[in-house]
Amino acid sequence: MGFTRVAVLRLAVVAGLAGALEAACRLGAIPRTSVIPPSDMALALSEVLIERRVLEGLGETFGSVLIAFALAVSCGIGGGLVIHALPLLRRAVSPLLAAWYAIPHFAFYPLFIVLLGLGRASLVALALMLSGAAMTIATLDGLDRERRVLTKQARIYRLGTAARIRLIRLPAALPHLIGGLKLAFVYSFIGVIAGEFILSTSGLGHEISYAYDNFETRRMYGLILLTLVLAVSINLGFRAYERRLARVQG
Amino acid sequence: MSAWRRWGPPLGLALAVIALWQVLHWIAGRAAVASPWETALHTWNLLHNPRLAGHAIETARAFALAAAIAVLAGVALGLALGAHRLTGDVAEPILMSLYSLPKVTLYPIMLLIFGLGISAKVAFGALHGILPVMIFSMNAIRNLDRILIKSARAMALGPRATAVHVLLPAALPQIFTGVRLGVSLALLGTMIGELFASQRGLGFMLLAAIERHDVHTIGAVIVLLTGFALALSAGLMAIERRLHRSP
Repeated sequence: MGFTRVAVLRLAVVAGLAGALEAACRLGAIPRTSVIPPSDMALALSEVLIERRVLEGLGETFGSVLIAFALAVSCGIGGGLVIHALPLLRRAVSPLLAAWYAIPHFAFYPLFIVLLGLGRASLVALALMLSGAAMTIATLDGLDRERRVLTKQARIYRLGTAARIRLIRLPAALPHLIGGLKLAFVYSFIGVIAGEFILSTSGLGHEISYAYDNFETRRMYGLILLTLVLAVSINLGFRAYERRLARVQG
Repeated sequence: MSAWRRWGPPLGLALAVIALWQVLHWIAGRAAVASPWETALHTWNLLHNPRLAGHAIETARAFALAAAIAVLAGVALGLALGAHRLTGDVAEPILMSLYSLPKVTLYPIMLLIFGLGISAKVAFGALHGILPVMIFSMNAIRNLDRILIKSARAMALGPRATAVHVLLPAALPQIFTGVRLGVSLALLGTMIGELFASQRGLGFMLLAAIERHDVHTIGAVIVLLTGFALALSAGLMAIERRLHRSP
């Protein structure tokens, strides 16, 4: 029951902030040229959503996000299993993994463009660079938590390597893997949109920078709101799933 | 022997990365990827070039300001939110949602509010950095052992003394983890800010190099930025380890 009260309060806080911004814009405390009122943003969002260009851009963006996500998950789980199995490799890689998110990844985007050309391949590479490490770290974390009794059980049943991974290691690591999946998706989304925004010819990120460059402030706010709504719904979706999983596992 | 065991494998990895880079240079050709040696030479030459120094100082100034704002405001807000249980419960998912946004898309808003120039970059860097600092500080206070508060009360400490002598020392290691992440993200944010609508800074140099298709400068700026980011992160991580060890 406490949950609903907190949720209601949270909604009230968000609504209050939006209301304050609305008032500040309507009363002229914030000039229209820099920020438009939230109600106008919502209207702009609905206008933007019927534009063919935007819908095509959305499809393209999500295509790239899904490719990057699939690659991040397979590379991350595969890489995690390999690194976990080889202690020497692990000693070599762990300082890099620990500092990975300090690297300014977007600085590498120009390099990808030179190597792979301006297009989907560079965007996916940038997103994979961000998201693959999260999945690897989560897999390693999950494998580390494997309980001794399970290892012994596997030996009793004389399971082979493949069966051990499939029947014991991955299921035991599942809660951590879910956390990794969430991060991998969020980072893929961030990577693709950021790459599109920095330099590209299509996609949601590109539409935003295009609108900014052409002084279409209203349209820009509609597109930004669309991005925010998408990101927040993805986040909330994963959160609900995690909570359900935690309940099932007790 | 133990130094070799500790530093040997990471050193091997670094050599492997350089070897991979060289192979990439051979495959992709000179026009696409400069070789590690050429890049090192070019970086060295750039370091003696007053033009780079100007850009680097501009980036360093914006980054220092952004990191300072992110850390000070983040710790203060995080502690305030964490001190009250309900406030924390209400704020946590909102902060996590903000943290998972592609914040690049908010940059035009920063430009419209702060105008072209250093303040937009600083604001953007601070926006990147403040969220992890806030989230970690808030959770550090929320996850404190209740027994600490009870014993502070048993020893009749006032609220100020409790905060200074009990809560802050206990929460410091976790707060510092947030500070480390926040500082790294502030650097990232500042650099992204310089990629757009900027006339100065390393990010501007990078974008100008893309337009000129100057692979040497692209390589050199990446090496400089990544080297600085990794060194900074390693230093902060060493401090963090010490904080975690001494209870």
